[in-house]
Amino acid sequence: MHTRLTLNGTARDLDVAPATLLVDLLRDDLALTGTHVGCDTSQCGACNVLIDGVAVKSCTVLAVQLDGAEITTIEGLASDGALHPMQAAFKEHHGLQCGFCTPGMVIAGLDIARRHGGSASRETIAHELEGNLCRCTGYQNIVSAIEAGSKAMQDA
Amino acid sequence: MREFEFARATSLEDAAVQFASGGEAALFAGGHTLLPAMKSRLRMPDRLIDINGIPGLDRIERDGDRLWIGATARHATVADDATVKAAIPSLAKLALLIGDPQVRNRGTLGGSIANNDPAADYPAACLALDATIETTGGRYQADDFFLGMFTTALADGEIVTRVGFRLPQAGAYAKFRHPASRYAMVAVYVARFVDGWRVAVTGAAPSVFRWAGAEAALAAGQPTDGLLLDPSELNSDIHASAEYRAHLCTVMLAKAVAELV
Repeated sequence: MHTRLTLNGTARDLDVAPATLLVDLLRDDLALTGTHVGCDTSQCGACNVLIDGVAVKSCTVLAVQLDGAEITTIEGLASDGALHPMQAAFKEHHGLQCGFCTPGMVIAGLDIARRHGGSASRETIAHELEGNLCRCTGYQNIVSAIEAGSKAMQDA
Repeated sequence: MREFEFARATSLEDAAVQFASGGEAALFAGGHTLLPAMKSRLRMPDRLIDINGIPGLDRIERDGDRLWIGATARHATVADDATVKAAIPSLAKLALLIGDPQVRNRGTLGGSIANNDPAADYPAACLALDATIETTGGRYQADDFFLGMFTTALADGEIVTRVGFRLPQAGAYAKFRHPASRYAMVAVYVARFVDGWRVAVTGAAPSVFRWAGAEAALAAGQPTDGLLLDPSELNSDIHASAEYRAHLCTVMLAKAVAELV
């Protein structure tokens, strides 16, 4: 089915089978494998992407629903080789261990920054990560990274 | 998922035509109930009709003593909406307790009540807040809408368009969340109106229900800590026994009463 969307700033004109999940379109058809599939049951958040600026689990959205939408994946955050402030904060605070959940965590962090600016407390950040699982249990540094990344975005 | 046809409805009339054009059809917006059900092949529709694009279906407005919320309003929008927070703060709080941030960014009010999951949150709000449910077929009072497990008064193809929640003098929603699914193990919505109390319970039984004993006790100004629902009418599963759920109902009732705003 004909679906036009903007992906990481580039207009795309796609022919998508209706049963294609957004995450499968990204990974299998467009080779954007930074978005991960952890659970495929809308629990873990590894597949988070931004749809029109809002974090959504891409394993639970059909690609054909996104005609006219703007999608940002983890690959679309850095610009001209420079990490996005949220990515830089994850690097600085070592907000990852194995790295599998990290793309989804960064996107969740951007959504927290969108809703709270740089003012979210550690407690709020921890609570609002309830839809993201880190099986390495590296949550403390992830919270630190989102705290710092949100502040850096506000100051930028 | 099995292959299916897909249509983007541009109006309620268009959605009705698409629904009636052969095979098993399913209406959806956020898809956070339907798509998981399709992945596990509990549902295998021939055609999906996306109603996200229908103009005005996500509107939120207060009209007299009712707060009207459109069927495709996202949970996150309801949780953060100034009109909702001013009119019925306990309803905004309920929306904030659904799923997680990403789920709330996508799931909708209409989908929640049309599905009537035994542990869903919005059906409790509809019952406790004496809601009027407006559909393409007419209007229902919430008391006549939720008929049983995953069952409502909706006819095939009938679309929920908006829900009118009656403004209470005070209300509160106390939810004991399942730690993994975040559905209600048990949740109790208490609302006080000028003409009486309404208490709705979700998560405990095959379908949301009103707790008449609690309503009577609150109306009489009597304590509620001695109330206990009959466990033989409650759910028992791997998460909680019926006896435990009955106890949780009493505890969540007390919590809601203590938090009335």
